[in-house]
Amino acid sequence: MQSVLAVDDSASIRSLVSYVLEQAGYDVVLAEDGQEALDYARDNTVDLVLTDINMPKLDGIGLIKGLRKLPHYRFVPLLVLTTESGTDKKMEGKAAGATGWIVKPFDPVQLVGTIQKVLS
Amino acid sequence: MSLDVNMAEIAQLFIEESLEGLDIMESGLLNLDLGAADPETMNAIFRAAHSIKGGGATFGFMEISEFAHHVETLLDEMRQGERPVTREGVDLLLQSVDCIREMIGCLASGEVDTARAKELESQLEAMLKQNPGSAAEGGSAAAPAPEQPDPAESGRAEEIGLGWTIRFRPGRGIFRSCNDPLRMFRALESLGELEVRVVGADDLDFEDLDPEECRLGWDLELRTSSDREAVEEVFAWVADECELDIDPIPGPAGDVPAAVENDASPETEEPAAAPQSEAAPARVEARAPAARSAPKPGASGQETGSIRVNIDKVDALINLVGELVITQSMLSRYNGDFDFTQIQGLREGLTQLSRNTRELQESVMAIRMLPISFAFSRFPRLVRDTGNALGKNVELRLVGENTELDKTVLEKIGDPLVHLVRNSLDHGLETPEERLAAGKPETGVLELNAYHEGGNIVIEVIDDGAGINKEKVLAKARERGLVGPDEQLSDDRINNLIFMAGFSTADEVSDLSGRGVGMDVVRRNIADLGGHVSVKSESGVGSTFTIRLPLTLAILDGQLVRVGKESYIVSLVSIVETIQVCADKVNQIAGESELFKLRDEYLPIVRLHELFGIEADSTRIDDGLLVVVEANGQRVGVFVDDLQEQQQVVIKSLEANYRQMQGISGATILGDGTVALILDVPGLIQLYFDRHGNPQHSAVAVA
Repeated sequence: MQSVLAVDDSASIRSLVSYVLEQAGYDVVLAEDGQEALDYARDNTVDLVLTDINMPKLDGIGLIKGLRKLPHYRFVPLLVLTTESGTDKKMEGKAAGATGWIVKPFDPVQLVGTIQKVLS
Repeated sequence: MSLDVNMAEIAQLFIEESLEGLDIMESGLLNLDLGAADPETMNAIFRAAHSIKGGGATFGFMEISEFAHHVETLLDEMRQGERPVTREGVDLLLQSVDCIREMIGCLASGEVDTARAKELESQLEAMLKQNPGSAAEGGSAAAPAPEQPDPAESGRAEEIGLGWTIRFRPGRGIFRSCNDPLRMFRALESLGELEVRVVGADDLDFEDLDPEECRLGWDLELRTSSDREAVEEVFAWVADECELDIDPIPGPAGDVPAAVENDASPETEEPAAAPQSEAAPARVEARAPAARSAPKPGASGQETGSIRVNIDKVDALINLVGELVITQSMLSRYNGDFDFTQIQGLREGLTQLSRNTRELQESVMAIRMLPISFAFSRFPRLVRDTGNALGKNVELRLVGENTELDKTVLEKIGDPLVHLVRNSLDHGLETPEERLAAGKPETGVLELNAYHEGGNIVIEVIDDGAGINKEKVLAKARERGLVGPDEQLSDDRINNLIFMAGFSTADEVSDLSGRGVGMDVVRRNIADLGGHVSVKSESGVGSTFTIRLPLTLAILDGQLVRVGKESYIVSLVSIVETIQVCADKVNQIAGESELFKLRDEYLPIVRLHELFGIEADSTRIDDGLLVVVEANGQRVGVFVDDLQEQQQVVIKSLEANYRQMQGISGATILGDGTVALILDVPGLIQLYFDRHGNPQHSAVAVA
C-alpha cells in the first residue's frame, strides 16, 4: 500500500483528506503542523506528502525545505494543498522544492485523481 | 460512494473547529496591543480566519468562506505590518467574528443570512482601500475560489484548431521538485493524441551523466480539441524553468486560429499532471446542499448536555471504585457466621466504607466541576464593547479563573453575572472626565474575582467607580414605598435596597443595563441557585457585589431543625443566626402577626407548626428557638422546637416524587431512613405573608 503524509493544522481538513485517501486505498499518516511532519519524516519514508502552507510552528514552505534536505525525501513528490493562490507564494513553494500546488477548495475525487497520477 | 454521509460528519467537525477558531480570534483580538501587535497572537488569529476560509470553501459553505476571506485579507495586512493595528480595525474584526459565528450558527438551522455579512464586508473593503498599496495585492489576497471554471470556455471555439505543437526544453533541475516530464506527457495524452520526439539524446555522454539532472528536451505534437490554456496548464508548474513554445498545428484549409494572446498565464497552477482539477470547485458546490443540511441542530451551541472531563478525574474515580470493591469484599466476609470477636474487623471495614463513600462523592462531584473561566471568558469582549459604547475606559481584571464550580450552576450564573458587570459599567464606573475630576486614574478597573470559601463559591464583581449614591437610593425607596418615611436604615441596608423588586436608580432606562430587568431579577436568579448576593459600597471609592453560591445543586449544607416529631432542613446559607427570645420582646400585631425586635429591626415570627399544621412540643416562644433566615432581603424568625445537627444532604425532588409544595423545595433521606423536608426559605416567607399580610406595613406600624 502506498503511503501519504498529510499535513494540515485544521482537524476537519485532516479528517477529510485522510478519509478520502483511505477510501482510495492509501495508507495515511497525519500531522498537525510542519514540525510534527518533519519529525515523523526523519525516521519514516512515505510515498507522497500533501501539505498545507499556513500552519503554526513550521509552515508548509519550511516543511518542504526541511524535507528536501532529508536524503530519503529528495525524490518524494511534495504536493501543496492550500488556499494560498498568490504567485509569490507559489514561487516560494516551488523554489523550496514543491512538486505541485493544489488550491483549496478542492474536490476529494479530483484530489485522489491527482495523487494517483503523481504516484503512477 | 458514501462520501456525502461522511462529508456531513466531517463538515460538522469543521463547524466545531471554526467555533473554536472564532474563540481564538476573539480572545486574540481582545488581547492585541494597539499599534504594536504581538506577531505570535497575530499569526494565531490569522490562521484561524484562514482555516475558516479554506475549510468553508472546501465544505461548501461559500458565504462563510467569502466573508472570512475579507477578514483574512485585513488580518494579513496587519500581520505583515503593512497596516497598523487600530481600534477601529479591531472593532470591525470583532464584529466580523460575531458575524461568522452567527453564520455558522445558521448552518445548523438551514439558511444563512448574509445581510450582516454584506454590510460588514463593505466596511472591510472600505478599510482595505484606506491604505493604498496594500489592498488586493500580495499572496493571499486572491478570492477564495478564484478557479471557477470559465463557463465561457466553449465560446472560445475559434481558438481551437487541430491541436498544438509543443517545444519543451525543461531546465536541468526539473527532477528536483519531482516533476517528471513523463507525467506531463500522460496528462497531455488524456487531452488527445500525442506524438513525442526526444531531442538531445544523442549528445548525452554516459561519462558525465548525472541521473538527477534532466538533459533532454522534447518536441510534441498533440492532436486535440482542447484549447491552449489546457495545454499550458499541464506545464504551468514548471513554466519558469523550461523553454516552452506552444503553437497551433497548421490546418489544411488554412483556418489557423489567430495566435492566442499570451496573457493567460494560468491561474491554477495545479500539479503538472492534473489538468482536470480545474473542475473541482464546481463539484464542491454541487455537494454543498448535502453537507449543509447535515449538521445536527444544537450541536454547535454551548448548551450541550455533554461535559469534557479531565482524564485524571476519571482515573481517580476508577481508582476509588476499585477501593470500594475491596471494602465490599472485606465486609462480605462478615455476612455469614458472625460472632463478636469479629466486631473489630467489621468496624474497620465500616470506617473504610464511609471513607470510600465520602471520597467517591467528592470525586463524582469533581467531575461536574468546571473552572469558572467558562463563565468569565465572555467578559473581556463584553467589557470592551460596553466600555466603548459608554465612552468609558475600563480595565478588566479576572482573578481566580480556575476556581471550579458545578456545571449547572456555572451555566446559570452567566446571566446574573453579565447583569452585574453591565450594571457596574453603566452605573458604577465614571467617564474619564469624571474620574479625572475626582482625582482618579482615567481608566476604571472592574475586577471579577472567584474563590472558594467553605462549601461555597464566592464571586465578586468589584469596581472602583463612584459607589452607590445612598441618598438617591433611599429617596427612591421612600418614593416607591419600599421604606417608611421615617425609617432609619444602616448604610448596608440602603445599599442592598437596590435588590428589591421594582427598584431602579437609573433616571432613564439605559440601553445597556436597563433592558427592563432590575437587580431584583439578579437576586432572584441567584436565589434560585441557592445563592445569595449582596453589595458593599463606599461613595467615591467603588462597589463590591458579592455572590455566594453553593458548589453544587445536588447537595446542600443543611441545618436540621425539629418541630414536634418532624425534622426539617434549612439551607445553611439562608440562616443568619439562631436566637432565643423572651415572650415579652414579642409584639402582637392585629392579633395575628407576631414581631420581635432584633437589634434595630422588627422581624415577623413564622411558626412552622402553624403553617404546616403539625403538633409542636410547645407553642410558647420562650420554649423554642427562632432561626433567623433571610431571603429576598427579607428576614424572618422561624420558630422551631430545637436545632439538631448540621449535615450535607442530598436533594431529592419533591415535585418528581410527589408534587410541588409551597415552602418546601425538596426532600432528603436522613441517616435513620426517615424523610426530611427541605424548607424553601423564600417560598416559606411568601407563604407566611400570604396569610398574614404585608410585612412593611406591620414593620412601619411598630416602628
